Amino acid sequence: MSAATTLNWTAAPRGDAAVRYESREATREVPWVKWTILGISLTFFAVFLLLPLVAVFVEALRKGWETYWSALIHEDALWAIKLTLTAAAISVPLNLVFGVCAAWAIAKFEFRGKHLLITLIDLPFSVSPVIAGLIYVLIFGAQGWLGPWLAEHDIRIIFAVPGIVLATVFVTFPFVARELIPLMQAQGREEEEAAIVLGANGWQTFWYVTLPNIKWGLLYGVILCNARAMGEFGAVSVVSGHIRGQTNTLPLHVEILYNEYQFAAAFAVASLLALLALVTLAVKTWVEHRASGGSQSREAHQDAAS
Amino acid sequence: MSIQVRNIRKTFGNFVALNDVSLDFPTGELVALLGPSGCGKTTLLRVIAGLEQADAGQVLLDGADASGTHVRERQVGFVFQHYALFRHMNVFDNVAFGMRMKPRDQRPSEKAIRAKVEELLALVQLEWLADRFPAQLSGGQRQRIALARALAVEPRVLLLDEPFGALDAKVRKELRRWLRKLHDELHITSIFVTHDQEEALEVADRVVLMDRGHVEQIGTPEEVYRQPATPFVYGFLGSVNFFHGRVDGSNLRVGEDVLPHAPQDFDTGSEVIAFARPHELDLVPDAHADTGVAARITRILAFGVTVRVELDGLNGATGQHFEVELTQQCVTELALAEGQTVRLLPSRLKVFQRNDAIGASA
Repeated sequence: MSAATTLNWTAAPRGDAAVRYESREATREVPWVKWTILGISLTFFAVFLLLPLVAVFVEALRKGWETYWSALIHEDALWAIKLTLTAAAISVPLNLVFGVCAAWAIAKFEFRGKHLLITLIDLPFSVSPVIAGLIYVLIFGAQGWLGPWLAEHDIRIIFAVPGIVLATVFVTFPFVARELIPLMQAQGREEEEAAIVLGANGWQTFWYVTLPNIKWGLLYGVILCNARAMGEFGAVSVVSGHIRGQTNTLPLHVEILYNEYQFAAAFAVASLLALLALVTLAVKTWVEHRASGGSQSREAHQDAAS
Repeated sequence: MSIQVRNIRKTFGNFVALNDVSLDFPTGELVALLGPSGCGKTTLLRVIAGLEQADAGQVLLDGADASGTHVRERQVGFVFQHYALFRHMNVFDNVAFGMRMKPRDQRPSEKAIRAKVEELLALVQLEWLADRFPAQLSGGQRQRIALARALAVEPRVLLLDEPFGALDAKVRKELRRWLRKLHDELHITSIFVTHDQEEALEVADRVVLMDRGHVEQIGTPEEVYRQPATPFVYGFLGSVNFFHGRVDGSNLRVGEDVLPHAPQDFDTGSEVIAFARPHELDLVPDAHADTGVAARITRILAFGVTVRVELDGLNGATGQHFEVELTQQCVTELALAEGQTVRLLPSRLKVFQRNDAIGASA
């Protein structure tokens, strides 16, 4: 998942460079090299990406639409959907605020421990989600540091909704910040300084100058963050306790159904997550197109002007 | 509005950007802060604007201490080196920004804002660009829009950071003249930062020369060019030739060679450095003359109105290069040729004590 943020297709050099390279005798590669490389990557793509995706939908619909539909509107499935949406609805805004704050602090201020903060933001990417879940069990669990105190005050975190939200926040921590930091660093502080000199206060500067400049990067980060929040399995699995109709998110629900040999139902719910992934990809591509398309058309204008 | 700067000191870590700088900028003048990169000129400009906090010292705007005044209340117009136009707003919204950000009770009506923006765009002669975005403008157009945006809030002073730094030579020249004209119309106290001596001398009423965090000289363009106060100023304003020598009565000894000059202020034996501009050096074809520094002609560049002769020093000035400007006629009369050995004889020589010179040019 972490690779998703670093792969940026549209930012790559324009496609026409490849066309030029191909059309010239001097730089052209022998055909068998081209077709071999193309063949390997397409085969890989078909076997490891396309086939499983198709399999999900085929399996889900194997017993017909009726079974498919009933699996989705089953009480437990609906609850899982609701819980997944709730966890995402809490963790995404939290990480949005945190991401903007962290990116702002790193890009616009100098302070001690800046590099430590940059490294720490990446921690959820580098640590296994299971460990992330375990950390919260160790802190808030019955035998954990705060366990006795929480029990005394009748607050439930582990094996309850708060634990799921905490775990989700942890694993989706870096998405927004990682997206914004390079963007804001590249933009520098001049526009904000210009706004302040012109009499804008801090809030006006953020709202009218900073935010419009980062909005596409921010949206991109939020989309990835949301996809991860809804799809997270490992960390949530540890803190959830798998209580049906209470602490089961969509990915956990799929696992339970599968373990109970309800394959059609398991794949039906899985197809929901797969659909979500496809929608995410579509929106992501559209955002990328908007973000780069806007600047490209302006560049074209500039070329024409100069 | 007048600006005074008193004993400003500013450091970045171990680097002293401004070392006890005190300056007076009278009302209505266009002043250039001139110096090499890293001399502290931009830092001084940012301190005046309030974008940078000085470690010590005061900035007085109209006689009142502005140290505690926030940037947005100083009423300064600031034009950034790279313009810093808001890239997501069109030209109209960029210029209108300052007025729209005012508190509700001071904000002009949208109609008044429109009128003001149109007036400013007419002033910078770019009315037809109101709907364009910054990325669609050329460098010179962006610069003028940035200026219009700064003027929109009716600033009491105008500060420009390397206003022509990012433009090509032709546009630079046009904009220079245009800025001068604009200043003559508006008469707003203005300070601009530049590292280009030609730009400073051509545009400004007054030039402040800075080097390594302190002020070297202040004066009109003519004063600083004709009477440079320090070796640094001499070297910075235009091409220059220099001789390391020792005072010997009414002569200056450069190695074994002698320059006839009467450096009255110096004792015999004192080590000095003497400067002459390329047009202040004459060439004597007789290599065995009694006076003048021996040099060999390496190149004669005969295009243009004047001829530029490049020479390598011999004897006392070995390893040094000289540049002399002569008229076409002079070169023909003297029958100069590349490879010829001649004597350099200055018609005018500016002499400085050596210790200062070393300190300033190190």
